[in-house]
Amino acid sequence: MSSRIEKHPPASGRPIIEMAGIRKVYDTGKVQVEALKGIDLRIEKGEFVAIVGPSGSGKSTLMNLVGCLDTPSGGDYFIGGEKVAGLTRDQLADVRNRRVGFVFQAFNLLPQISAFENVEMPLVFGGVPPKARRAKVAGLLERVGLGDRMDHKPTELSGGQMQRVAIARALAMDPDIVLADEPTGNLDTTSGTDIMGVFLDLWKQGSTLVVITHDLALARRASRIVEIRDGRIVSDRPAEQAA
Amino acid sequence: MKVVFHLFLQSATLGRKRAFLTIAAIAWGTVAILLLLSFGEGLKQQLGRNSRAMGENIGVMWMSETTKPWKGMNPGRPIRVTIDDIPVLASRLPELESLIGEAIQWRTNLTAGKKTVAGRVKGVNYPYGEARKQYPVAGGRFLSPLDEAERRRVIFLGNELAENLFGKDDPVGQTLLVANAPFTVVGVMQKKTQMGAYAGMDKDHSIIPISTWKALFGRPTVNNLVLRVRDGAKMKDAIARTREVVAAKYGFDPSDERALPTWDTVESQKVNQNVSVGIQMFLGIIGALTLLIGGVGVANIMYAVVKERTREIGVKMALGAKTGWITGPFVLEGLSYTLVGGVAGMLIASLLVLGMSFIPTDGNKVMEFLGTPKLSLPIGVATASILGVIGLLAGYFPARRAASIDPAATLRYE
Repeated sequence: MSSRIEKHPPASGRPIIEMAGIRKVYDTGKVQVEALKGIDLRIEKGEFVAIVGPSGSGKSTLMNLVGCLDTPSGGDYFIGGEKVAGLTRDQLADVRNRRVGFVFQAFNLLPQISAFENVEMPLVFGGVPPKARRAKVAGLLERVGLGDRMDHKPTELSGGQMQRVAIARALAMDPDIVLADEPTGNLDTTSGTDIMGVFLDLWKQGSTLVVITHDLALARRASRIVEIRDGRIVSDRPAEQAA
Repeated sequence: MKVVFHLFLQSATLGRKRAFLTIAAIAWGTVAILLLLSFGEGLKQQLGRNSRAMGENIGVMWMSETTKPWKGMNPGRPIRVTIDDIPVLASRLPELESLIGEAIQWRTNLTAGKKTVAGRVKGVNYPYGEARKQYPVAGGRFLSPLDEAERRRVIFLGNELAENLFGKDDPVGQTLLVANAPFTVVGVMQKKTQMGAYAGMDKDHSIIPISTWKALFGRPTVNNLVLRVRDGAKMKDAIARTREVVAAKYGFDPSDERALPTWDTVESQKVNQNVSVGIQMFLGIIGALTLLIGGVGVANIMYAVVKERTREIGVKMALGAKTGWITGPFVLEGLSYTLVGGVAGMLIASLLVLGMSFIPTDGNKVMEFLGTPKLSLPIGVATASILGVIGLLAGYFPARRAASIDPAATLRYE
């Protein structure tokens, strides 16, 4: 176990995510719910961060903000040095496309198109020409071990295979950060371990990962664990100490 | 745009049955609007033709009484233009194509062989044939200037009256007794569907030279004048001018319109035309509403699709799809259903209209009046543009709903 640190490249010191005093207020008409009450978070390139916390703690909100699916009500947020506040919907879509790769608990593959087309989708949105798309997608599917399943529809794949396709899709645009929301939550133990392995491989190859999880086994293998409760970060420490 | 097409081709097509029903609804609406409009067009053409059957660019002026005092004379004097004055009046009205006197004898015995019918005998000046569209059936003719000058006993028959008297025999050249005076039939009027009429329909009248009429019935005055102009736009002036000339001759106030009440058929044809256009617009609106219901059907299904694909849309948004790439395929989908349905509807409607054009109008009283439906380019263009607008709207509103989806809310859980 102690050799794990040496195996992984150290964090680079270059920030991918910089959040300062981030607040998020949901206005439900009558009541204003403050989901995040001032978050300061800095994630560097090459880090593997697990975000943990009980449900209702605000970690999904944080995930939406980190992934630029939503904009903060207050505070500053830079992703890859780009200021997120004040962007239009389409500009946000562009930032997500280029900088963020998503992996979801429910896989969220489009059911009626093949694995290949699913992985191709971000490249279509990114304006990558068809020829380059084909090469890239084939390479990614090889990388997650599904080179022989490219033309399968998601329904013809197992849960673990679907999540591999989703990971390949997340990597398609070479994002600054891969954001995974309970990536093993819908998988059995074997597939879960398997996917965990894929994530660790990605990390070794230099990807920056942020994983939201209840899965302690997964969280422990991260380089850093951020615990959130009631809209605030209550602990932020290297993973070894949590073990 | 390339991205929109890529996504459109890739996105799941509707369930077959649902797509078929939607397309059928649009096709039905298209058929409805096309049939109604072409029916209106046929009606308009037929009404126009029928209303012109009495004559074009003519006015009819009846003899009546003065209603204004004139040069010491009290109102209430009858004005009766005499048959002999017609040439004098005509010579003073060079702006008219023709001025015609029309004298009518009602319920006169007409006898052909053993058959006697009580008919209407009109004495007219010969230009009446052109002005009032008394076109002869081949083998016959209308009255000529010589008939009038020589006071010949010749008679021209309306088609129904001719059939009544002579049955299936050709009346031309046969002898007919008019009030026991022998006349030779010179022509029979071609059948026509006449809408406007005064003093009965043309199909059952008979016509003799006005000079002969005066000698036969011994009455020197006309029942009415028929005036015809070359250009319909000058009808109003021509009527006023004719009244002036008659007033100068017979001594009454030329501004006394009720002394010579007048039917301006140019004006009434214009009104007819407007009524036809109004009917057509009304039918068009009904058709458009039917089509709109089809459009609502498309929009409804598209809404269902949007709802069904909420998660899919959220995923695409998360992966970086811009708003236009989400809405574009929906608009295209709505448009394509509308277009397919519209084209199908147009084909069906064209076939129906083509089929109906084979139904003969002759002898069918209803069809004679209503005419057969006609498709025309403006109808096609109007329908196509309504279809286009409905298709766009049917795609646009659901697409807007799709674009308003919040990706964050759709992605997290099953």
